[in-house]
Amino acid sequence: MNRQIRLLGAGLMALFIGLFVQLNYLQIVHANALNTNPLNGEAVVKEYTAQRGNIISADGVTLASSTPTKDQFKYLRSYPTGSLFAQITGYFSFTYGSDGAERTYDKILTGKKSPFRLPTSIQGIKSLLTNNNVSQSITLTVLDRLQKVAQSELTGRLGSVVALNPKTGAILAMYSNPTFDPNQLASHNLTQVAADYKAISHQTGGPLDPPAYRQTWFPGSSFKIITSAAVYDHNSALANQVQPTLSALPLPQTTTQLHNFAGEVCGGNLLELFTVSCDTGFGQLGLTLGAQNLYDEANSFGFDQVPPLDLPFGAKSNFPSVASFKDNLPTLAYSAIGQEDVQASPLEMALVAGGIANGGDIMAPHILDHVTNSQNQTVETYSPSKWISATSATTAASVTQLMEAVVNSPNGTGTAAAIPGITVAGKTGTAQTGTNLTDDWFVAFAPAQNPTIALAVVLPNQGASNDYTGGAVAAPIAKAMIEAYLGSATSNGSTPSTVSPNG
Amino acid sequence: MTAAPLPARRRTELGLIILAVILTGGLYALAGFGKAGNLPANIGPFLVILFGLMVVAHVAMRRLAPNADPILLPIAALLNGIGYVFIARLSPHEARLQAFWTFMGVAVFIVTLLLVRRARDLERFRYSFAFVGIGLLLLPILPGIGENINGARLWIHLGSFNFQPGEIAKLALAIFFASIMVERADLLSKGTRRIGRFLVLEPRYLAPIVVAWALSLVIFFAENDLGSSFLFFALFIGLLWVATGRAYYLALGALLFVVGSYLALHVMHHAQSRVQSWLDPWAHASTSGYQLIQGWFAIAAGGLFGQGPGQSSAGHIPEASTDLIFAVIADELGLIGCSALLFGYLLLVGTGLRTAVRCENPFEKLLASGLALIIGVQTFVIVGGVTRLIPLTGITLPFVSYGGSSLIANYILLALLVRISHDTETPMAPLYPAESVGTPV
Repeated sequence: MNRQIRLLGAGLMALFIGLFVQLNYLQIVHANALNTNPLNGEAVVKEYTAQRGNIISADGVTLASSTPTKDQFKYLRSYPTGSLFAQITGYFSFTYGSDGAERTYDKILTGKKSPFRLPTSIQGIKSLLTNNNVSQSITLTVLDRLQKVAQSELTGRLGSVVALNPKTGAILAMYSNPTFDPNQLASHNLTQVAADYKAISHQTGGPLDPPAYRQTWFPGSSFKIITSAAVYDHNSALANQVQPTLSALPLPQTTTQLHNFAGEVCGGNLLELFTVSCDTGFGQLGLTLGAQNLYDEANSFGFDQVPPLDLPFGAKSNFPSVASFKDNLPTLAYSAIGQEDVQASPLEMALVAGGIANGGDIMAPHILDHVTNSQNQTVETYSPSKWISATSATTAASVTQLMEAVVNSPNGTGTAAAIPGITVAGKTGTAQTGTNLTDDWFVAFAPAQNPTIALAVVLPNQGASNDYTGGAVAAPIAKAMIEAYLGSATSNGSTPSTVSPNG
Repeated sequence: MTAAPLPARRRTELGLIILAVILTGGLYALAGFGKAGNLPANIGPFLVILFGLMVVAHVAMRRLAPNADPILLPIAALLNGIGYVFIARLSPHEARLQAFWTFMGVAVFIVTLLLVRRARDLERFRYSFAFVGIGLLLLPILPGIGENINGARLWIHLGSFNFQPGEIAKLALAIFFASIMVERADLLSKGTRRIGRFLVLEPRYLAPIVVAWALSLVIFFAENDLGSSFLFFALFIGLLWVATGRAYYLALGALLFVVGSYLALHVMHHAQSRVQSWLDPWAHASTSGYQLIQGWFAIAAGGLFGQGPGQSSAGHIPEASTDLIFAVIADELGLIGCSALLFGYLLLVGTGLRTAVRCENPFEKLLASGLALIIGVQTFVIVGGVTRLIPLTGITLPFVSYGGSSLIANYILLALLVRISHDTETPMAPLYPAESVGTPV
């Protein structure tokens, strides 16, 4: 009988090996497919019901928080500031997933990605074994008070404002109108959420795709910052060369001419061209520099790259390829003044200003400042890093002089941004979009000697008259932002509504 | 004065029991943390009672079966403890009942060791066992018959605790099969003669196998209990083959199994839905396949290391504490934890089979094989069912699932294995251990 008993043992062993193989298949090989199976309601609900930490502004205002509920979702995500920070925090929806910081920092907020430290206390050991209290809060670099200025300035207008600290890349404010209320998407009333989502996504301006970093427009004359930097970097003799005074520039390979805005007549050296934003002069500079130099300069300022902002799906700003100019030189003249196929996001233009302000280096833009655990201890702090070297410090200093002239010369296009006591450096942009409309820009930084804020303002689809230019409509918004930031930064606490920066 | 000094294996056993209690206690503490964020309030009494209970069983073994294998009791204690922790984590109410049944189980373990002083003595009562076994099996079909079976009525009174007579019946029938097959092994194997080129059995020797097959089908049809039916049939065929060494019986068993399955599939809706939800659970995800798919999701969520004791949401699975308890364990302990659990069963089965190999008495040999086979096949049927290796059938995971009758039956099974192991390891066991004073061998 012993032979049969041993064989019986072998047979049972074979059955158990079958079990081990199947378990390996289910728990390792096939686990991911099962975990993400749409029928796996438990996994979805579990993902959604995980406790999330708060999102807090740099000046201590709670932007997102979770309150316990008695329904199956356990926590209701709410956004106390409503639509003000919607395009930064994003939303957290059972039906539509998440966006913005809720998406980027999901694993940090739910504590799934927390820096491991050996528990040093009983409490620490306890929380290691428990699924409670692992959520973490994030504090952003954005300022509630600055965001509010942008909101009030853009009231009733389509437009975006991006302001950042040129030395660190920290986003100080980023607001676009129209926006949306993320509370509507985070609601637990799923039928209402579906209806609201539909209404929001059909709105003009696409508020669910934050224009500040996901949409692009013709930068127009604000691109002349880059054309000027290209002059200093690649052909510095051109800076002092006087361009003829014209109302229209004859273009190669064609009979059409490049006309100045509103029939103006202008010419002169680079400083004079830049101050009055002379299109014919810059068109000629572009042709003289050549496609390769202009492309290289645009690229080194971040065009054709996605800025490494810590928010999802950022847009790539576009500058046409060198090859595209080969048999089409007129487009090179237009590209030098930010028209044709040049497209830039407000974030990219703010980074361009930041690069000039920061001695030629563009810092990686970011919204995260630090992470705190449930005991309110800081567990991680963002450390600023350089994104790209746009240009040399000398070129940056030269371009700064040009930009100061735009605001401070009597004939400058950006005088509306001048602030007594603060030297603002800026550049206007009024891009003709071809349909009798203009995209109006103002790109600036201040104080010019020691910049702490760089920003871009864009108001797309404005009219095409002298009432609607970057200098007329966008510069005052930039001025308000700079005043609000530097005003309270120099005399801390002067604005009654501000909360102490350390929260 | 006992016949010989206590073997070292009893000390080994005590050490292993301490290890099992530490493991169970640690798991209980972790599950408390995972679920509620603090130590379970009754962790102290829990550890003391668990340890006390197992020490009582251990002391009983020192007196009643000092030479038995030292692995059996600690493994059972560990499995029982792990099961209790997971039941407590799922349902505190069921945990209280399970604690009561664990007491009863250990008591029955000791009583069995007391009553069965030599396993071969059971052979004499084989027809009683057959009668009790078949009666218990048929009891759910014919409720009136319960009154006629001696002792069964008491158990039915405890039926409010979800008593399944089949759990006890499988043991009674294992004893009956083992004894009858040992007696007729020659007839069943050598009684067949080659006629020409073919092997032919005399019909009257075929009768028992056909009866067993029919009985398992009856259980299945009448009680919708595919798991028990399969276990019962596998036990019968397995023992027949071990006793005779005729592969012929395995082939015949497989053939009958196929025919039975075919009949069941074409007659019974219940069997059809079981097989359908096995072949394509996704098509029945919210109906007959729901339990299986939820079990799968739980197992997959466990991954390699598990979600941690008390930290999964597996409590929503239907029958989480009984049939599907393995899915909950796989969820919270991961591949590593549930593999370790399966190794526990392998150790138990292996120890049973090793005892069978070393055993000299053919009846005890066959009985030990049968008992090991019951544990192995039952574990395979339920774990295979939960993981969808085979169709899912309602059957308990030995020592782990919630259920009084199952726990009692498993402790009786354990006691029988212990008894056989002791008999085997005791050279020339005296007829009456109590009278074996002062006669060194």
